[in-house]
Amino acid sequence: MPRPKNALILTVILALVIGLAPDAAPQDTIRIGYIDPLSGPFAATGENGLNQFRYAADAINKAGGVLGKKLELVPLDNKVSPQESLIQLKKVIGEGIPFIFQGNSSGVAHAISDAVQKHNERNAGNRVLYLNYSAVDPALTNDKCHYWHFRFDAHADMKMAALTDVIQANRNIKKIYILGQDYSFGKAVAEAAVSMLGKKRPDIQIVGNELHPIGKVKDFSPYVQKIVASGADAVITGNWGADMIGLAKAANDGGLKVPFYTYYAASDGVTAAIGAAGVDRIRLVHETHPGNPTAPKALGDYITGYRKLHPQNDVNQPRIHTALNMLALAIKKAGTIDVDKVAAALEGLEYTNVGGDQVIMRREDHQLQMPVYISVHTNKGIKHDLDASGFGLSLESKVERDKAMQPSACKMQRPS
Amino acid sequence: MSTPTPAAARPLAIDQASRSGGLRAFGLWLGVALLLVVLPFVIRTPVAVPIMSQMGIAIVFALSFNMLLGQGGMLSFGHAVYFGVGGFIAAHALNLAAARGVYLPVPLVPLAGGLGGLVFAMIFGAFSTIRSGTVFAMISLGVGELMAASSLIFDRFFGGEEGITTNRAKAPLLFGLTFTKDREVYYLIAFWVVVTAAAMYAFSRTPIGRIANAVRDNPERAEFVGYSPRWVRYVSFCAAGLFAGIAGGLFAVNYEILTAENMGLNASGAVLLMTYIGGIGYFLGPIMGAVVFTFLQSMLSDYTGIWLLYLGILFLATVLFVPAGLAGLLMLHAPAWRAGRLPRLIGPYLLVAVFGVVAAVGVVGAFEMTHFLASAESTRATKRLFGVAVAPRTAAPWLAFIALTAVGALGLRWAAPRATAALAEANRPGPSR
Amino acid sequence: MLQIAFFSVLNGLVYGMLLFMLSSGLTLIFGMMGVLNFAHAGFYMLGAYVAYTMGLYIGFWPALLVAPVLVGVAGALVERHGLRRVHRFGHVAELVFTFGVALLIEEVVALVWGRPAKAYEVPALLDFPLFRVFGSSFPAYKGFMLLVAVAIFLFIFAILSRTRAGLIIQASLTHPGMVAMLGHNVPRVFMVVFGIGSALAGLAGVIAGPVLGTFPGMAQVLGSIVFVVVVIGGLGSLTGAFVASLLIGIVQTFAVALDVSVGNVLMALGVPARASVALHDIWKVTIAQVAPIMPYLLLVLVLMIRPTGLFGTRET
Repeated sequence: MPRPKNALILTVILALVIGLAPDAAPQDTIRIGYIDPLSGPFAATGENGLNQFRYAADAINKAGGVLGKKLELVPLDNKVSPQESLIQLKKVIGEGIPFIFQGNSSGVAHAISDAVQKHNERNAGNRVLYLNYSAVDPALTNDKCHYWHFRFDAHADMKMAALTDVIQANRNIKKIYILGQDYSFGKAVAEAAVSMLGKKRPDIQIVGNELHPIGKVKDFSPYVQKIVASGADAVITGNWGADMIGLAKAANDGGLKVPFYTYYAASDGVTAAIGAAGVDRIRLVHETHPGNPTAPKALGDYITGYRKLHPQNDVNQPRIHTALNMLALAIKKAGTIDVDKVAAALEGLEYTNVGGDQVIMRREDHQLQMPVYISVHTNKGIKHDLDASGFGLSLESKVERDKAMQPSACKMQRPS
Repeated sequence: MSTPTPAAARPLAIDQASRSGGLRAFGLWLGVALLLVVLPFVIRTPVAVPIMSQMGIAIVFALSFNMLLGQGGMLSFGHAVYFGVGGFIAAHALNLAAARGVYLPVPLVPLAGGLGGLVFAMIFGAFSTIRSGTVFAMISLGVGELMAASSLIFDRFFGGEEGITTNRAKAPLLFGLTFTKDREVYYLIAFWVVVTAAAMYAFSRTPIGRIANAVRDNPERAEFVGYSPRWVRYVSFCAAGLFAGIAGGLFAVNYEILTAENMGLNASGAVLLMTYIGGIGYFLGPIMGAVVFTFLQSMLSDYTGIWLLYLGILFLATVLFVPAGLAGLLMLHAPAWRAGRLPRLIGPYLLVAVFGVVAAVGVVGAFEMTHFLASAESTRATKRLFGVAVAPRTAAPWLAFIALTAVGALGLRWAAPRATAALAEANRPGPSR
Repeated sequence: MLQIAFFSVLNGLVYGMLLFMLSSGLTLIFGMMGVLNFAHAGFYMLGAYVAYTMGLYIGFWPALLVAPVLVGVAGALVERHGLRRVHRFGHVAELVFTFGVALLIEEVVALVWGRPAKAYEVPALLDFPLFRVFGSSFPAYKGFMLLVAVAIFLFIFAILSRTRAGLIIQASLTHPGMVAMLGHNVPRVFMVVFGIGSALAGLAGVIAGPVLGTFPGMAQVLGSIVFVVVVIGGLGSLTGAFVASLLIGIVQTFAVALDVSVGNVLMALGVPARASVALHDIWKVTIAQVAPIMPYLLLVLVLMIRPTGLFGTRET
């Protein structure tokens, strides 16, 4: 028997379909897709990344935009799922957006990179450029490289080379535990650690090499117990997002006091979780000056400006500024948003980033070459803190660009 | 003990169609096929073709799910396992074909998927279908979670976190057909949709398909009539697994990537949602549900971050108030349509629609503003809603949306009973007055 | 080794007791009404979020008392206005309804509180190491969790077996028709039990939020495991839920701690080493990686062999 609520349901559907009028997209913008998690265990990273992109784009737009047009960011939530990312990619292509940025999770990066390559090969008139700002599995610029993928972060091997240099110099370390997330990046970190340590400090014993499911472990105490039981003097981990927060919390709770050598143990909640327990103990390898103890002026201004807009968040991925600006530069250089011409302009492009470093996009494998920094978690001399916690990263050492370069196995096929 | 399903869920729309004769039914299928062929030329936006391909896959998947739920009375929370496994096997088969290990052109890849789905359904069905009802649902949940969790362990088959990718451009050709363009893939999917839908329809008309309905309604009595409910459930289960596997194979061809997520609880939940919203008691139900669900999922997510909330509300409203689903809602008007009295309903329905839209705008506006305040956008001052920039931190838009909701709700209270009465009147048997 | 065993037992106990807090309500609801409440983990999540928000204004301890009550009321309302209406459509419809409620709760939480995790912290009073042994410490908060869970178990046990209301509930578990004929308001009993079950889930959320994280996906994380516990323990059996929770909690925690591979285990069981080639994929896999699937394996096995579970008396 029909009920009034039936009608209500029908009209709800109707309203949903026609009622939500979209933003009338102005024709004169350059649309850039941002495919990253805006929900799920890594939402904080994705949302903060989006804010940093918007901040950098606003600065470019204020200065006149690119080719007279404003940059417009189109966020698309992929929930760190390769699946969902491809669905978003299809949307991006369907709407004619020529550039996409993605960075959270190398697993997703592989799927997107693969899909972009296939699509570009099959649809020469409708290509998409994939700008990878944070997925650092080395394979993406080695055996899985291709012409339409550009990477703007130092990859896992570049970073591990710097980390292992620091470990090499520390004679107190005799046993190391490696813990990581069970996917391409985590595996790459473990592999690189084992092989590089084997060359630089063969006397160091690897007492644990463990992978855990990504984004699923609720309680890291059992892992912390194993680390303690193994007698390790140091821990190497590539964990990020919720997994790094969980590990830091469990390490604090369990009273684990050994040094940590990490890729992502700062910001997005991690610094606050580590707190006082990690001072002078947790180290991070990353790609731009940390801002402390003395930040280069441009960087200091950039961070301060961002903090005014987002008091609870940090400029924890300054490579976003680099990536967006290099794209803008390449478009200007090419004089068009045609993907093939922009890619050609982006290859070999040199740029001075906001931290004052001279970076260059290597033609051979589309890997940006840059210096690599090692910083330590502390509360001394911190002018720009993280997570509004009073703690932050202070610069310890820097590996210059030419020394940080790693050889590549890329055999790039160029479009004719 | 399970209570029999209500009358609204039992009659299948096909009962009516059979009275008109086989030729008319064939004409219907032909018409549908023609419609699918013509569709890409009618709807020309570039994003339409990928969405229609997605809808096609969802249709096959939902129809296979309804073989279990609507026709067999078996609620499965793990149906995506057979979809996913079919997809993985299809992807591996396609990779094998690309390496020229086996001759498998792209159009036949879904068959490989179907085979995979069938084999796994036969294995898991052996113990899943021993009982029906809640125990069946729990086992299906367990199997689903088991498979999803196993994906990290058997990473040669499942590809670990990255999944398995494949390339349909490298497969051997059949009649020289390549499938590099989206539209070509769409036609392939449309072809398989028609074939599998016809097959599933035919299955529901076979003796075992009809007995499955009997087992759903009263297993004890079916047993007394001479059929083993367990065997009947098993056959339905295997058939459903076969078609889910075909859907998985289509997915593999379309997206060229399979991950463990395709087998997980989210995928199983999605197919349950779309089938139920469409209406489990009618053959057309899952088709409508799949189309609406895919459409809302793709289009809504462009405009709002809380589209899943709206879908959830729609689902819950369907379960509570319209258990027969969209198809049931349509079928409710069948007597009026046959008597030619539908036009009488336009007036009352329009009134309901107007007030309904007003109320919906109010509710949606309030939800969107709440979402805005809790999300990353909250650093901005205004948000564009319904074409107007509103400032969620001020009181004005809130009052406006609450007022709209109130007006709409009151209007519905007035207009809805009239629409109900009008429908009852239009459905009344006898000559038109 | 002893250190790992000691802490694994402790952590396993804590995790197991948390599972018990969640599954106790679910098994009562399941056993009494035959309803598999998918939304149960959703009430767990609501408890955590409500306590977090209230804690910002009135502190952790008052929130600890008030939040579960609010969640219990919400649960009772869901039963009264939703479940009762769907009840006449049969078990399948009830299952589908609770599934929808679970989805809705997750989306509403994400709507109101946002998607990133909330910084729901352990209260300062309990933020210290309880004891330090074998070079590792055990946080006092986890000890608190254990205490609360044990207290709940004793409380429920006492109510069910010593009070009149508890006797009526127990009777309704096995003979609802008879209880109704004796003049008791069985629908009201159902509503009360549903409300109390949800309140228990909410309490579990209040306690576990700081430890397991407060984010919209937290219901999904524990949701399936709780069903496993309830089914393995037996429908309607509190003792069963208790035993099964501890079993799963300890087994899962131990599994993570072991560095043993599946191959090692198989060899210890007598499988020859040559099999490592055929079983290549799973040979090198460690027990820790297999840990997540063990509860589900157990679930499927129990459902096949003994659908009433370890301590239960009925199936549906």
